[in-house]
Amino acid sequence: MSGVGIDAPGSTQLFIGNEAIARGALEAGIGVASAYPGTPSTEIMESLIPVAKEMNFYAEWSVNEKVALEVAAGASFAGIRAITSMKQNGVNVASDFLANLVMSGIGAGLVLVSCDDPSAISSSNEQDMRNIAKWLDIPLLEPATFQEAKDMTKWAFDLAEELNSICMIRSVTRIAHARGNVTLGELPKKEQKAHFDSICPVVPTLPKFIPYPSAWLHSQLHAKLDKAQELFESSPFNWYTGPEEAELLIITGGSCWLYSLEAVNALKLESKVGILKLGTIWPLPRKLIETHLGKSQKILMVEEIDPFLEGSIKELVADLPPASPHPAFYGKRSGHINAYGELNPDLVIGAIAKIMGLAYQPRDPEYSKKAEEVPFTYMPPRIMTFCPGCPHRATFWAIKNALRLDGRDGFVTGDIGCYSMAIGPAGYFQERTMYCMGAGAGVANGLGKLGQFGFSQPVLAVCGDSTFFHATIPALINGIYNKSNFTLVILDNNATAMTGFQPHPGTGVTGMGETTTTVDMEALCRSLGLQVDVCDPFDLENSTATLLKAIAQDGGPRVVIMRRECELVRGRRDKKPPYKVHVDPDKCLGEACGCDRLCTRVFGCPGIVWDNESGKATIDETICTGCGLCADICPQGAIIREAV
Amino acid sequence: MKTLTKDPLNLIIAGVGGQGNVVISLLVGKAFIREGYFVTIGETYGASQRSGSVMSHLRISQENQYSPFIPNGRADIILGMEPVETLRILQQFGNSDVITIANSRLIHAAGMEYPSLDEIIEAIKGLSAKSWLINATDEAVKLGDPIFANMILIGALVGSGIFPIDSKSMESVLRESFPGEKLETNMVAFTKGMELVAR
Repeated sequence: MSGVGIDAPGSTQLFIGNEAIARGALEAGIGVASAYPGTPSTEIMESLIPVAKEMNFYAEWSVNEKVALEVAAGASFAGIRAITSMKQNGVNVASDFLANLVMSGIGAGLVLVSCDDPSAISSSNEQDMRNIAKWLDIPLLEPATFQEAKDMTKWAFDLAEELNSICMIRSVTRIAHARGNVTLGELPKKEQKAHFDSICPVVPTLPKFIPYPSAWLHSQLHAKLDKAQELFESSPFNWYTGPEEAELLIITGGSCWLYSLEAVNALKLESKVGILKLGTIWPLPRKLIETHLGKSQKILMVEEIDPFLEGSIKELVADLPPASPHPAFYGKRSGHINAYGELNPDLVIGAIAKIMGLAYQPRDPEYSKKAEEVPFTYMPPRIMTFCPGCPHRATFWAIKNALRLDGRDGFVTGDIGCYSMAIGPAGYFQERTMYCMGAGAGVANGLGKLGQFGFSQPVLAVCGDSTFFHATIPALINGIYNKSNFTLVILDNNATAMTGFQPHPGTGVTGMGETTTTVDMEALCRSLGLQVDVCDPFDLENSTATLLKAIAQDGGPRVVIMRRECELVRGRRDKKPPYKVHVDPDKCLGEACGCDRLCTRVFGCPGIVWDNESGKATIDETICTGCGLCADICPQGAIIREAV
Repeated sequence: MKTLTKDPLNLIIAGVGGQGNVVISLLVGKAFIREGYFVTIGETYGASQRSGSVMSHLRISQENQYSPFIPNGRADIILGMEPVETLRILQQFGNSDVITIANSRLIHAAGMEYPSLDEIIEAIKGLSAKSWLINATDEAVKLGDPIFANMILIGALVGSGIFPIDSKSMESVLRESFPGEKLETNMVAFTKGMELVAR
């Protein structure tokens, strides 16, 4: 067994946080794992899948996060430990089921991992999912190191069973995707038997897995949280380091603990500043916190995204007897710590230095001056773009031209995936709305019903193939039912490309690599009575004409499927380009052409480079994947593609 | 385990999404983990992979697990896979003692104007206490694939003598990490990198 399944207790591995979480689940003896891919959570499932068969557990990529949680709950109900993992947005999708699941309780240990994305590095928002734990009364743990990510996940299953409640792990990008030391524990080797038993142990006449009677169960839930709090008071995941009486007490948890440690070291304040590190985030270990509040007159809360600890600890202080210490609080509300975006050691150093009235200089000022003098023009920014050879670049080129030819100020309502980059120059700024999975078609439904208000702009909704299955189908059916006027363009590259090419119901392969029924999106759409056209986006002429025809129609939704495999998938498999591409310098007229550098400035494939010396375009052969599409863009026919 | 001259030792690998930052950082990190150090690696993942600026922060310590962020101005070594990205990192994380090893082959951002390569290299040298600039991409293309530039750069890092990992330790990590046929060319590339800085 390799990867996270390596049977080497006591050995130290270099795991990313997601691998550590996966390993913790294995050490807890999971029987089922489910997930929908989403950065930064994807690698939890990616690392479980390769060991699933050999370790005799079941793992799946589910169609969306709600189903993923339901799959895991089903296993739990039948006495099998299960983990489900998702990014913060996914928890929203799962939240309807989650809000009801907490009411009933569980069977075997059930753990939901939310990987939050402070700074929204790969997200459309930076929601802080600690809030959902407080909102829905779910015990939540947050690891501060890679080792803790493993150890906490393992313990979360025991905790879930002891409390009879789903438990959450909150991780963030800098734990999920960072790598560090993880010393392994034992892997259990016991046979598991699934059996569904729905008799409530407390009141045998009540069903166990139904949130009824709800108000009574709600009171039971509060009792579970009280029990969790008692357990958390002595948890080894919470500890204090620093002087007995501190000039400043930092209260922190998760990734921010390491930033706080480093900040205190960098400012050489170890003897003056104490750190209370919390790993059990909800419910808070109230007595432990009360004990430490007396350590200092000044408290700094260091946490990422929302003032969750800050607000919750202030609530706690409000309940203390009048004679208790009431220290000054510093954090997001005071402006010392950003109430948005991720933190890092520099930001924490800044906050502590400000409170303590200290100056901090990370390097020789002479050097800083020299570094700042390097002209900005020496370092042109790199704007995210589609990969060389990406079919989406062709699709948005065709969409741009079709909308322009149509001439009625049509636009694209977008969705979540690689093609989200069409909000920028990569896709010629075509995507004009972009919110969450399936929202492109959903928003188009509303826009497509505004005819009575004089609305005549064509609406194109785009979604990817995985997104189509995840959340677009209900919006599409709504459009049919309510006769909304829009065109749905499905960008079918046969993979969940943004997160690393995971299979989905349209690929004919399961997460564990088994062949399965391919859910044919084209046949599905036709069965709904829709007109469906299928194009190869690299056939720009046909794609543009087909889109133009679909846009020109009126009435309910119609579907255009732009079908071409993700270039990264093709390239890895075929290991050679379809074409050898070069620029004929005699045909390229350079600045004299009048095209205003259409290929490098507008089309924007990273494989085409403007050569300042010759004043002409050229192909960077180390970047070009040989798709040959640019040969159809050049007005002079100067880009030559030759079949390989 | 060799005693580090500075603890933590802060290494930044800078490049462009798709070049292979993650692979380099993992291989280097593995070499340290095997010798018993604490290793933390911070990566740029996700959306930035698509031809954006990417960096990996490696932090090696004998005592503690460090955060995946090297503070501004606190890099000890910069391994640049592309010159402009190297300069970008130097500006933010460099200091009077920083040592730079970089690939001198530019990757153009679509639609952007660039200064001459000589000007960029001069700026890199000006911000480094010591630097090696090698055309790893051209050497890699000679070996059949520009991706071998990564292994050439790892070779250069180990060959430069500034790194507390010797070639034997690194080679054994490579042997474990690459399957049969790929290993040979990677080892050739690694050796090539060592030679390029030894000259």
